[in-house]
Amino acid sequence: MSGGHPSPWRLAWRRLVRSRITVAAMILLGLMVLACVAGPWFSPYGPNDQNLDLRATAPGVSHWLGTDPLGRDLATRILHGGRISLLVGVLATGVAAVIGVGYGLVAGLAGRRTDALMMRIVDVLYAFPFITFVILLVVIFGRQFVLIFVAIGAVEWLTMARVVRGQVLSLKKLEYVQAARAAGAGFSRILLRHMLPNVMGPVIIYASLTVPGVMLLEATLSFLGLGIQPPDASWGVLISEGAASMAVHPWMLIGPGAFFMLTLLALNLIGDGLRDALDPKSGD
Amino acid sequence: MLRFLISRVIQGIAVILGVLCITFLLLKQAPGGPFQGERDVPEHIRRQQAAMYGLDKPLPVQLLNHIVNFATFQFPPSPKTPGRGVEEIIAQGFPVSAQVGLAALCIALAIGIPTGALAALRPNSLEDRASTVAATLGICTPSLVLGPVIALVFGLKLRWFNASGWYDADDWVLPAVTLGIIYSAYIARLTRGGLRETLAQEFIRTARAKGASEAAVVFRHAFKLACLPVLNFLGPAAAGLMTGSIVIESVFQLPGLGQHFVGAAVNRNYELAMATAAFYALLIVAFNLLVDVVQALLNPRIGFKEDS
Repeated sequence: MSGGHPSPWRLAWRRLVRSRITVAAMILLGLMVLACVAGPWFSPYGPNDQNLDLRATAPGVSHWLGTDPLGRDLATRILHGGRISLLVGVLATGVAAVIGVGYGLVAGLAGRRTDALMMRIVDVLYAFPFITFVILLVVIFGRQFVLIFVAIGAVEWLTMARVVRGQVLSLKKLEYVQAARAAGAGFSRILLRHMLPNVMGPVIIYASLTVPGVMLLEATLSFLGLGIQPPDASWGVLISEGAASMAVHPWMLIGPGAFFMLTLLALNLIGDGLRDALDPKSGD
Repeated sequence: MLRFLISRVIQGIAVILGVLCITFLLLKQAPGGPFQGERDVPEHIRRQQAAMYGLDKPLPVQLLNHIVNFATFQFPPSPKTPGRGVEEIIAQGFPVSAQVGLAALCIALAIGIPTGALAALRPNSLEDRASTVAATLGICTPSLVLGPVIALVFGLKLRWFNASGWYDADDWVLPAVTLGIIYSAYIARLTRGGLRETLAQEFIRTARAKGASEAAVVFRHAFKLACLPVLNFLGPAAAGLMTGSIVIESVFQLPGLGQHFVGAAVNRNYELAMATAAFYALLIVAFNLLVDVVQALLNPRIGFKEDS
């Protein structure tokens, strides 16, 4: 690595930023995160401050995105809700990645009957109606914010496990792994030193596409009344409130819907860009 | 072929049993029970209620009873829905969900495959760009946003259809269109990817070299292989669509199966929660098997392998 050659990660980064769409998506996502994290500090309103004189006003000078029927500033609520939605997206994906990578690595490396058994379990869970699974987890643990993303992460790891296991199976046959084994490297050393770095590419690609999926799942749960509980708001809660009063106050759906979709768009485009950059086969 | 089918059916039964067991164990972990209500019931009455529905027996016995019920399709009355068996609830909800789901699937295929194919046949053209952008936008459009908008525009403003409910013969249209648009985006993407990859392969060059027309190359040679990713996606997607999209059924207030996935778990209706989960698993297994058979017929290289 030390010579003049750039590392594979640096090469991938260069390929990533060569795509204008990906860079634009990264800037969009960066602005979105910045707005959600810092925006509420600069807002003159709190997310739950009610102003009953200004109930359900259309977007205007003092309230950029309007107010809801309780006179709360929608822009502040959207930014505040974005914190929760983004946090759930990242944390649940993290949970899914940790479980999925660990499970897939062990199954792929152990091989034979352990592998067959572990993958059969994944098959069973695949056939499980995932929404029932999440609902049951929410029912068991109660509607606590922390546990919602654990529940979602516990559902989303399956594909990750399959991806990692497939990668490990093909890596296992490669000579450098056999050389390491011949040199006396143990199970955990091969796992951590030789397998883990090499499965990171597909994991990053898949994880970047899992974040929007997870955010969608959180929004769905909140929409059904099983996720974040009012007066706290995530984008799912706001969209569900907006959908309920959309015929009279259309801005209540348009605002949160636009923020949510722009974020999903940015995440999906970044995921596509990562796939092109990290997977040489798919590039042209 | 026969051995393949038999082994897959046995695997499928094992999967459904697994789903039943997990649902049961999770349900039993949840606090409360079907008899919990606003008022406290005296201890001896609660015990009698539990005994009537077999809830006083040890867990393994209860689980076994449930499995026997499912295997024989003999459902005892559920404490939550006295007078209506689980089979009746599913028989009422499934046709609604299936009608909407099937229509959505047809719409998704009718939009998705031509769009994706057009994009793949003219790489980097205007059509390709436009269809890729449309597909990406479609994937980023959550049903919880699109559903209310479609209900508002075509139901409340234009008044072409009922905005919600299940009264008229054409009430399936709006929910099916909503779902169809969203799924068509995935199908267009998969079709484009599959067809582009296939068209780059050697046997396509051979077909072109021997003088086959472009239409013959695409439809006789490439399309069969290019369909595989779409097929793989369609298995679980079809099962999901048939058992009702929970969000769409809640937006359009449809009396489909979707509502029971939430309601049964929240109300501790053990029998119904297990039944909906098992029914969903049954459809997943059946559609996946169907997909595997079609795949094997389309691509002789995959064939009927017993493990896959």
